[in-house]
Amino acid sequence: MSSVGTQTVEQQHTSHEEDTGLWSWITTVDHKRIAIMYFVTATFFFFVAGAKALAIRVQLMFPEQELITPEVYNQFFTMHGTTMIFLVAMPMAVAFFNYVVPLQIGARDVAFPRLNALSYWVFLFGGLYLNSSFIVGAAPHASWVGYATLTMPEFSPGQNTNFWLIGLSILGIASIAGGVNFITTIINMRAPGMKLMRMPLFTWMTFVTSFLLITAIPVIGVALIYLGFDRLFGTVFFQPAGGGDPVLWQHLFWIFGHPEVYILILPAFGVISDVIPTFSKKPLFGYPIVVYAGLLIGFIGWGVWSHHMFTVGLGPIADSFFVAATMIIAIPTGVKIFNWIATMWGGSLKFTTAMLFSVGLVAVFTVGGLSGIMHASAPVNLQQHDTYFVVAHFHYVIVGGAMMGLWAGLYYWFPKVRGRYLSETLGKWHFWTTMIGFNLTFFPMHFAGIFGMPRRIYTYSAELNVDIYNQLATIGAFIFALSAVIMAWNLVKSWRGGEKAPANPWGAPHLEWSIPSPPHHYNFPAIPTVQSREPLWNDGEREAILAVTMEEPETEPVMPNPSYWPILLAASITLIWALVMTGIWWVIALAILPVIYCVFKWGMEPAFPEGH
Amino acid sequence: MNWLLEPSVSTFGPDIDRLYYIILVITGIIFFLTQFLLIYFLVKYRRREGRKAEYIHGSTRAEILWTAVPFVIVLVLALMSRPVWDEVKDPGLFPEDAYEVTVVARQFEWETHYAGSNGEFDAEDSFTVLNRLHVPVNQPVIIHLESEDVIHSFFVPRFRLKQDALPGRSIPMWFEVTETGEYELGCAELCGIGHYRMDGLVIVHTQEEFENWKAERLAAAGGGSVGSDRAQALTGEDSQ
Repeated sequence: MSSVGTQTVEQQHTSHEEDTGLWSWITTVDHKRIAIMYFVTATFFFFVAGAKALAIRVQLMFPEQELITPEVYNQFFTMHGTTMIFLVAMPMAVAFFNYVVPLQIGARDVAFPRLNALSYWVFLFGGLYLNSSFIVGAAPHASWVGYATLTMPEFSPGQNTNFWLIGLSILGIASIAGGVNFITTIINMRAPGMKLMRMPLFTWMTFVTSFLLITAIPVIGVALIYLGFDRLFGTVFFQPAGGGDPVLWQHLFWIFGHPEVYILILPAFGVISDVIPTFSKKPLFGYPIVVYAGLLIGFIGWGVWSHHMFTVGLGPIADSFFVAATMIIAIPTGVKIFNWIATMWGGSLKFTTAMLFSVGLVAVFTVGGLSGIMHASAPVNLQQHDTYFVVAHFHYVIVGGAMMGLWAGLYYWFPKVRGRYLSETLGKWHFWTTMIGFNLTFFPMHFAGIFGMPRRIYTYSAELNVDIYNQLATIGAFIFALSAVIMAWNLVKSWRGGEKAPANPWGAPHLEWSIPSPPHHYNFPAIPTVQSREPLWNDGEREAILAVTMEEPETEPVMPNPSYWPILLAASITLIWALVMTGIWWVIALAILPVIYCVFKWGMEPAFPEGH
Repeated sequence: MNWLLEPSVSTFGPDIDRLYYIILVITGIIFFLTQFLLIYFLVKYRRREGRKAEYIHGSTRAEILWTAVPFVIVLVLALMSRPVWDEVKDPGLFPEDAYEVTVVARQFEWETHYAGSNGEFDAEDSFTVLNRLHVPVNQPVIIHLESEDVIHSFFVPRFRLKQDALPGRSIPMWFEVTETGEYELGCAELCGIGHYRMDGLVIVHTQEEFENWKAERLAAAGGGSVGSDRAQALTGEDSQ
């Protein structure tokens, strides 16, 4: 049926590597290409959400300004947060999972290549759907946490909140599919000899994050379905008038929402746990402890959600439990920081841009971690909750932690992806404008917060005496925006004209550096055997691996067929969810037909060329 | 520019501020030690000709040290938080001689309900005030916080007090102010398009002033206007 599916083996072998047309990207199931698409899309959304942040900062630069309307303002901060978390930080981490994990564990692809493509297309369509709300003038406006009862039809009429709940539901499908894919890949597809405790830290943290994805995303999925039923079909899950409870939403949202914080941060921790040892020329200090600390964060992350709810009134006993749990989760986080610093102890440090961003993470994330200890204490939280202090805190965690780590990863792995370095000169400009702009934006917000400036306010009175902090933040935001432009310029420039990079430009220890840059589409001609945690740093082991990985194979390994069913299935999944907005049950029921058709065709399509 | 908290004016405010400053000092010390060590290593161990990296891959003693010390610190902080939190938020420990007021939040205003001269909120002379909360100084006050529509949050920064107002519930909270004056009351939870302008004032009177103010209002409410007109008639002066 599908012409792609019935391509002959010979066509596959001759055409795959050179094939760079649009159709080859649409039908690709190659984890490396999917990674690139994830990265480009997430970077695009980074600029979209960043532009909203600038509008917010301009509106807040002086008291009593009315540059945009309150409604647009609410839409901007809602979509800034929603976009940065679900369309930037998460998918950008997934871009790195995709590119790096199979290479680090010595695999030719992920376990389910077509499912991987489906994840990407669902993410893309979900993101476009969510942002299309601006075109019809009905962007979500109830903040990224969407607290009931503000999201009930009575207080949020129109399609705004429907766009939000449906958009997030669609994106959740991509995340769960991705989580399943990486868990399976890491469990089943490691090279011989790569025991769990020999895996690079980035693969380890991908593993932990994937478990958080498949367990946390369903919780918000349930909450969103309740919300959808309340809005479209008249149920009362969150309506006190009908016996429902708005606090239920908060519990469900934060049972998802706090593990989500670790979904954002653990990949970055993984990146710098690989980068710092490479540029210190030393193995990671306390490898098993860093792994266990990551696992512990993943577990305890489930027991701290109500620290977002100290002002609700859950009672002193419950509150005290969450104070203690939140305090305790600071320990494994601190242990990681100490281990990174100890990795540099006695090392031979080379300050490439990747290393600078990693060191920057250690320096800046510490601020976010420590301010987290402040509002872990419930009485102190009382003053800081829902103020700009919290805004400062979580930007230190998510930008200073997650994003800095991912940018470290960008400079670290770009030569592998492209066979060319990113410009180190522009990289250093990118790093220093980020450090200055970021700190100038967010550090003053701590003060605005403790003096009582609430979050999510459209404007503020001059009597609050927080003008100066807001002005500094706005200036900082523009410097930070400049850093993003420098990064984009560096990407564009170096993609075509960057200095050529060899297979292992940094002298790094892991398997992804044992193959040519850029890698063959099949990654490894034959799968090497691993004997240690730093295989390329051990004489003998390195030569044995390179003898396998740098060889041209006599016959190319057989790779999965390209397929257009992932994009079609993703489109039909997006369609059925979008039709939920109509609230007409039979329209939604009919839209299941294209989904079933695509699933059926997908199932009948051979995943590999005939004869394999 | 200001670096410290504005002085608190509630009885539990100093306890909260003390805790805040203790944590600020402890985290500040950790912050400077960490950054100092980081920068020291960055300089000392930068790549130079003729010096190779040392082979150090871990130390059990160091791991135990930097797990145990933070553990003790956060445990102490959690234990110190407990009594302060109980003091502010445990309804079982609320003062018994408190003056009681009901505050109803709605998009985008605060309506305070005062009991009539017989102590009942539905009495003939009970009255309401818009966006102003009048209370006596040095007298515990219990607020029964309600919401008519969405979640709001009652936030008086100078009291160090915040409490969410939830539709369908009446949540008690208390405070005792130690200084007369006017204090900003804001809404801390996004409640819609007018969230930013949902503010009011807490006006703290001397006991005597408060009794006079209340007597005046009770008389105005008792004489003449009834029902819903009552609220409007009385909010004229106090409305913004």
